[in-house]
Order: sequence, then C-alpha cells, then structure tokens
Amino acid sequence: MATLNLVQAINLALKQEMQKDDRVIILGEDVGPNGGVFRVTEDLHAEFGDDRVIDTPLAESGIIGTAIGMAMNGLRPIPEIQFEGFLGPAYDQIVNHAARSRSRSRGAVTVPLTIRVPVGGGIHAPELHSDSPEAIYAHSPGIKVVMPTTPYDAKGLLISAIRDPDPVIFFEPKRVYRSFREEVPEDEYMIPIGEAKVISEGDDLTVVTWGASLFQCIEALDNAPDDVSIELIDLRTIDPFDMDTIAASVEKTGRCVIVHEAAMTCGLGAEISARVQERCFLHLEAPVQRVTGFDTLMPYYKLENEYLVNAKRVGTAIQETLAY
Amino acid sequence: MPKQTAYTATIEYVSILDEKGNFDDKLGKGLITDEQALDLYERMTVCRQLDEFAFKLQRSGRMGTYPQNKGQEAAAVGTALALRPGQDWVVPSYRENAALFMMGLPMHYVLLYWMGDERGSQIPENVKMTPLSVPIGTHMLHASGIAYAEKVRKTDNVVATYFGDGATSEGDFHEAMNFASTMKTPTIFINQNNSWAISVPRSKQMNSETVAQKALAYGMPTVRCDGNDIFAVKYVMDEAVKRARAGEGPSFIECITYRLGDHTTADDARRYRDPKEVEAWLNRDPLIRTRKYLEARKIWDADKDEQLQERAKTIVKEVVATAEGIEKPEVDSIFNAMYAEPHAELVRQRDTMRTSSLGKDPSQTGLKSTTQNV
Repeated sequence: MATLNLVQAINLALKQEMQKDDRVIILGEDVGPNGGVFRVTEDLHAEFGDDRVIDTPLAESGIIGTAIGMAMNGLRPIPEIQFEGFLGPAYDQIVNHAARSRSRSRGAVTVPLTIRVPVGGGIHAPELHSDSPEAIYAHSPGIKVVMPTTPYDAKGLLISAIRDPDPVIFFEPKRVYRSFREEVPEDEYMIPIGEAKVISEGDDLTVVTWGASLFQCIEALDNAPDDVSIELIDLRTIDPFDMDTIAASVEKTGRCVIVHEAAMTCGLGAEISARVQERCFLHLEAPVQRVTGFDTLMPYYKLENEYLVNAKRVGTAIQETLAY
Repeated sequence: MPKQTAYTATIEYVSILDEKGNFDDKLGKGLITDEQALDLYERMTVCRQLDEFAFKLQRSGRMGTYPQNKGQEAAAVGTALALRPGQDWVVPSYRENAALFMMGLPMHYVLLYWMGDERGSQIPENVKMTPLSVPIGTHMLHASGIAYAEKVRKTDNVVATYFGDGATSEGDFHEAMNFASTMKTPTIFINQNNSWAISVPRSKQMNSETVAQKALAYGMPTVRCDGNDIFAVKYVMDEAVKRARAGEGPSFIECITYRLGDHTTADDARRYRDPKEVEAWLNRDPLIRTRKYLEARKIWDADKDEQLQERAKTIVKEVVATAEGIEKPEVDSIFNAMYAEPHAELVRQRDTMRTSSLGKDPSQTGLKSTTQNV
C-alpha cells in the first residue's frame, strides 16, 4: 500500500474517478499543465487532455456557474477554487443556484458537482489565503460541506463527494497538504458523507474538531495527564454533521470541548454546542466550551500563530472543563 | 512610429419586415414559410392573451407577482423557431414564455411557477430547459456549462440563453461570455434589449452605443436586429445556430424590442416612463406587424383573427384552469426536495414540523416532556 500525503491522496482519487467515469471533468485556474497552485491536479492534464482538465479564465463565479451548467447537463464537474478567500465572488452561484436548483425544480434539474477548495491558515500566505468559511456554507441549505484532514479520509470522502447527486464543497486543510503521510489503499473505497470518526476513545471528556486543528488537539491529548481519558472526534463532514456520534460520546463523558480554526461567533461550534445541550442536557457535567479562532479577521502571517488554535489553548480548556 | 489602428469593427443591423410592412425579399425569402408565420402569429397571440389573463389573476389575488412579456413575443418565437425541441436547450430569464412553450414546456407550468409553486419549474424530462431565473444575469453561465457538456459529448445541440439589457451590467454576464468564448461552446446569447431594467433606462444602464458591441470584447460574432420582426430574428438566429452546430462557438444577438407592460405586476411604469415613448412602440407591436404581413400575403383576415382571439382565450382559460386545479403541494416536499436523500435532522424537522422539541424527541435521552402534547 502506498504511503501518501493529503495532496497525493486527493490526486489519486481524482485520477481514479476520471479513469472510471468520463463525465468527471476538472476546471479551474491553473489546474491544467501547471497542476494547480498546490499541485493537487498534477499530471491529470497530461493523462486526460484539454477537454477534461480545463484551465479557465480567472473568474470564480464563472468557474462555478459554468460547472453548474455542466452538472445540469449530465457531467460531474470538479471545479477548483484556488483559495477559500476567493469563494466570495462565487457565493451567489453556489448558494443561489447550485444549492437551490434541486429544490427549485423539485428534483428535475440537479447539480452534482464537487467544489474543491484549500482552506485555513498556517502556511504564511497573503491576505485572503488563510480563512475558514465553512460555517457560512453549512448555514446554506442545499449544499453539503466536507473537510477531511487525513489522506485516507480525503480519498474516500472525495470519491463520495464526486458521486453524490448533490453539490458538495470539499474543503482541503492546506496546512496539512504535505505535513504527514499515511497508508492509502490503491483500491477504491468510499467514506460516507455525514460520518464523523472517533480518533481515540475516552471516558472523561469529548473533544470535537475538524480540519487542521485536529493535530493541535492530538498534541493536547498527548500532553494531558495519563489518568485522563479523552475521546477525540474528527467531524470530517461539516454539513450534515454527525450529531449521533457526538451525542453518544458526550452522554458517555459528560464533558465537551469543541475546537475549530474559524472565528467563534456563529461558527459551527455554536451549533454543535446548542445541539449538545438539547440532546445531552442531563448528562452534562460542565458547560460546553469552545476553543476557536478569535472574532477578528485572520491576521497577516506575522501573527497567524497567535490567532490559530494551539495545543496549549486546547489543553487549558480541557483542564478547566474537567475541573468544573 | 506612427500610431496604427489596433482594432476596428462594425456591427450589422438586420431588419426584414419593418413596421410599415416593407419586406426585404433578398434577406427574407424562404426564411419563414406561410405555415410557420401563421403558427408564430398564433403562438404570439396566445402568449399575449396569457399575459392579459395573468395580469387579471394577479389583480384578483389568484396569482402572485407576474412579469408580462407583452411586446417581446417576436424575439421569443423567432429565436425558438431555429431550435430543435427536445435536443437544443433554452436557458431562460423570465420574459420569453413563447419560446419555452415552443420548446415543449406545458403552458400551465409558467402560471404555476408565478402562483408560488415550485412544481412550475419541475421541467419535464423531454424538455431541455432550466427553470425561469429570478437573479438577473446569473443564469447565462449555466448556458456556457450546459453547452460545454454538449460539446464534449460531440452532439450538434445548441444552447440559447435569454436576458435583458440590464443583465449585461452584471459581472456574470461577462464571465459567461468569456467562458463560452474561450471554451468555444455552442451557446447563443440572446439579448432582449427592451430599453428598461425596471425603471432604469438603457441610457443610464450603459454608455455603449449598442449592447451587441459587448460581444466584441470576447471575440464573438455579434449582430443587432429588429427584435419585433420575426423574420429578422429568425435570420440572425439561423446564422448563430449554424455556427454553433458546426462547432464554431458562441454568438451574440441583440434584439431591439420594448417592454410594453410594467416590469411586473408590482411595478407602475407610469412613474418613470414617458407615455409618448410607449405609444410610439405600440405602433411597432410585433403582433400587429405580423398580422399585417399575413394579411398582405392574403392568408389572413379579420374573421380569422377574431376566431384566433377566441381560440386563444379558450386555450388560456384551460391553462389557467389546469394551473388552478393543481392542489397545494404537500409540505413534506420542502424537506424532501432539498437533497436526493434528506439527512437525519431534516427528517426530524419534517416529521415533527418543529425545531424545538423539548422532551419530544427520542434522541434527547433522559429528558421527559414537561407538558402534555403542547
């Protein structure tokens, strides 16, 4: 079995889906011979040619709107938006067309497309290259949002997203792109959209996270005292998220800390927190805590490490919640 | 070095049957048969009657806001005549009903849509069109993508998209033109230049002399025509369709027409439009012009016209009855239509019709209801 990083795992999934299904088409800025700015589509143009790996004009709304048309007419487009900060111009097409088309037409005109977007900070990038807008799209009915963090999950979730009959935003935590490798099967496998993964089991406290923050959570768990047993959940899908797995865990542990890179107010942590108190009220031993990005703009990179969630902040929240 | 000319261009204007009844035999010969002309006249008349009925339905509270097509029927039928229903696509805005009916959309769908029922956009499978599009200027991108799919499948199907003059101010319009052009898709951009975007006249909308010239920036063949002249519209559309079918890429058509009615039933154009301007355009009404043409061809007369008006009323009454006879949709449909499969939270909301459910939801383990069946 090959040992791959996140970029390679996504590339492999794209390649295999394109080999299997000629309706699958990639389009975006620099995705062709250049292989994308993060090289996620490397070598695909050489294998599949101009018709299926399309270097488009520099226009995000155009990329998504055109992809919507392709999807309406039987293709399975995978548009790439170079950075999450540039989703803005495409917001109208995503929310007012991709997300609405099925409902608007009562199922007659559907939009099976997968929008790939690198997400998050921590790579010393310029402004608008480091944001975490997943909650905005989770708040928009009609579009699914996933954010796998590991190479194995990325391959399986990407295949699910491409084959999904509805539009999916596939966020790729860019800080993790080349940060570690793991074994990724060459064979095809799917990870269902909407299923979280329990990374480690525990009885005393539940940590729920997703995206690159997973690694700060793992570090915090490693730093926790040996007699503390913490359950760590990687959400993997942002919308619809796996409340059953979270609730089952919190009913067991009675304590919950939610960790995400995006700003706190109206982040997905708020929604999870609300659902935890609705479903697990009598099991809670402490208030649900959130460790998140601040309610500021993502700073330029000199201060990005101060903004980003780190293991120390996660560890403090864990300690305080356990001590309550 | 002396300065040189970097670029020059001219844009043709095509008119075949003018408002005085003059007919250009050279361009118009064999373009539309008598039989087709009669059919188009009937279709335009039915569409006009539908508008009249729709207006009354709205005023009597039987339908929501409705945008009349009045005055723009020729641009719709003239372009649609060049298309193949069931194969070619139409990506509409909302002021080309007659074209949609020619492509096979049952007439009551449009009424159902404006009556606030999504099933009016549940396009039948054999009809190649997207739903009416309310957000201005955003749907033309879909026409680029739909056309690309036809191109990679190597069909000779083409995609026609309709939009007004105001829509050409939107960024997505330019992106759609650029994508269609660079991807060389079989897309036909049909601009219904009716002079008004609600209350904003074209003079405030743009400083370009024509709308057609906007296509020059995208290296696209472009032409302006008399949009109230079915012959001129058919002529320019034929050329665009021919290019698209041959794999020569997209084309642009500017149809000069006029919105004889208000923007919608929620609008009152008297607030901003000079009645003299409207009056002048009433004389260029495409229905009157087509009727005069048919009369000059000796294939139409007052009796036939009277019969047609009655027939049109009957057709429209039946369409209204069909639309009004469709029962209110089940509320479940708002949940079930969101995704191919509704997710767990949607199912919960659908089945309980509640979002708060203290003690009622079995997933809230341990919580007991504090009330008896609130």
